[in-house]
Amino acid sequence: MLETPTAPLLRARGLTKRFGGITAVDAIDFDVAPGESFGFLGPNGAGKTSAMRMIACVSPVSGGELSVLGMDPRVDGPRIRARLGVVPQQDTLDMELTVSENLSIYGRYFDLPRNLIRERVADLLDFVQLTERARDQVESLSGGMKRRLTIARSLINEPDLLLLDEPTTGLDPQARHLLWDRLYRLKQKGVTLVLTTHYMDEAEQLCDRLVVMDKARIVAEGSPRQLIEQHSSREVLEMRFPVGVQDSLDGALDGLGERVERLPDRVLVYADDGDVAAIAAHERGLRPEMSLVRRSSLEDVFLRLTGRSLVD
Amino acid sequence: MATPPALLVLEHELLLYRRVWRGSIVSSFLNPVLFLAAMGVGLGSYVSQHAGTAGASTGGTAAALGGVSYLVFIAPGLLASTAMQAAAGESTFPIIGGIVWDRTFLGMLTTPIRVHDVLLGKIAYICLRLTLVCSVFFVVMLLFGATHGPQAILAVPAAVLTGLAFTTPIVAYSATQKDATGFNALFRFGVIPLFLFSGTFFPIAQLPGLLQALALATPLWHGVDLCRTLALGTADAPGVLIHVTYLGAIAAGGLLLAERAFRRRLEL
Repeated sequence: MLETPTAPLLRARGLTKRFGGITAVDAIDFDVAPGESFGFLGPNGAGKTSAMRMIACVSPVSGGELSVLGMDPRVDGPRIRARLGVVPQQDTLDMELTVSENLSIYGRYFDLPRNLIRERVADLLDFVQLTERARDQVESLSGGMKRRLTIARSLINEPDLLLLDEPTTGLDPQARHLLWDRLYRLKQKGVTLVLTTHYMDEAEQLCDRLVVMDKARIVAEGSPRQLIEQHSSREVLEMRFPVGVQDSLDGALDGLGERVERLPDRVLVYADDGDVAAIAAHERGLRPEMSLVRRSSLEDVFLRLTGRSLVD
Repeated sequence: MATPPALLVLEHELLLYRRVWRGSIVSSFLNPVLFLAAMGVGLGSYVSQHAGTAGASTGGTAAALGGVSYLVFIAPGLLASTAMQAAAGESTFPIIGGIVWDRTFLGMLTTPIRVHDVLLGKIAYICLRLTLVCSVFFVVMLLFGATHGPQAILAVPAAVLTGLAFTTPIVAYSATQKDATGFNALFRFGVIPLFLFSGTFFPIAQLPGLLQALALATPLWHGVDLCRTLALGTADAPGVLIHVTYLGAIAAGGLLLAERAFRRRLEL
């Protein structure tokens, strides 16, 4: 099969997923080019996982078009899956088997020869730093180790496309950074990554390009930088007021920056220069308990686009 | 030279079994030893005494048992019942485990393996387990002298078929469950009554009319009668054909239901 170098690895047009009367994914369009890392960012329930499961060819498409590696999931599911690596949101490891058995049996599902599997298992254990735990039962591993094992498992068939559904949710910061490092290395090797996350730092670290999903639809698309430029100001002034004070600030905040966002626990002022806004606030007699100036992040983009914070 | 994907699923099951095979074989051996000792030898000697006194005038128990000792009478029935119980065990918890607990089936489905392959691989594994359990049971029958001629070995494949007729419908049922609570009812109101009233311990001719008709319709009775007539050498072609067809039809119907249940549960 011939593929031109520019042919997208993934192409969706009007892609839709319905469960009974509920539309989980509502006519979304996107393309992912070979070698790219692409992210779905959005709160829980936005439809990220449903989109991922269709891409992984484990969930039938309800409507629209989807092409994965140039093939149609409806007819070529097993052939597509043979070239995918999948890290599902919840681990599906075999608790009764050892770490290395989990990898080798998974390799067998791809019908890989045993000696090839043996080589790859050794390399992958090394890659995810689990060599010392090779003979341990999976049950005894920590959450971060299980996640690393799931990632190693998804690489056993040397996939062309790696799908990661919330790869680091629920992990401690150390475990997350180790995982990010491993994923970054894969990206450097040219593996195409598609991931979902509700962490903006994860999206900023790993994604070349991303779409923001909310209520089953794509509400914005671009690189993390583009999204911030388009949908937020350069800087943000965050102010926290004593309990009760924030509600009495009617009007006092108007015009401090390009835009003011009131969150339950703090006020965000979007401005090109946060320090200027802070001085202006002080001049108006505002005395927040805490105030800080930071660069705009994807969280701000998300707030702007949906009026809600990401981890709802 | 691609390996059929269902065989790769079977490979997974055998890898799991490798961890427990010793214990599994010991219990496959002890179970018939205990039952044949208690029911066949213990209760059996009492039944035979009774047959000796009452039997002279009425043709009594010995005739009702087909002229063999109670041990020889119940052994093939217990074999069929054991196959049913083993099938029920393998078709309940491991299925819901693969779907809900460890979700290993979901892991398989992110590879070229399809839902259909998972089901077939799982059933192939249960068939192997049943063959093992029934073969060990038969060895114990030999040790107890509970067989009646060499043709008795035919009861082993008959028992495997009986187990299969329970496997596929129970797998279908398990695949619709959210947790294990439904299994209690299955065992309490399904497996145990069948075990007690399907001709394993006494001929169903002893049951009142209505219950007798009910027993005749149960797959376990067909399995018990098939195993027993084959083991005692009293089987005739039409009888065997009816039993095999009946059990085969249930197994096949169950497979269709199981396939549907698996798809509904795993192809969301």
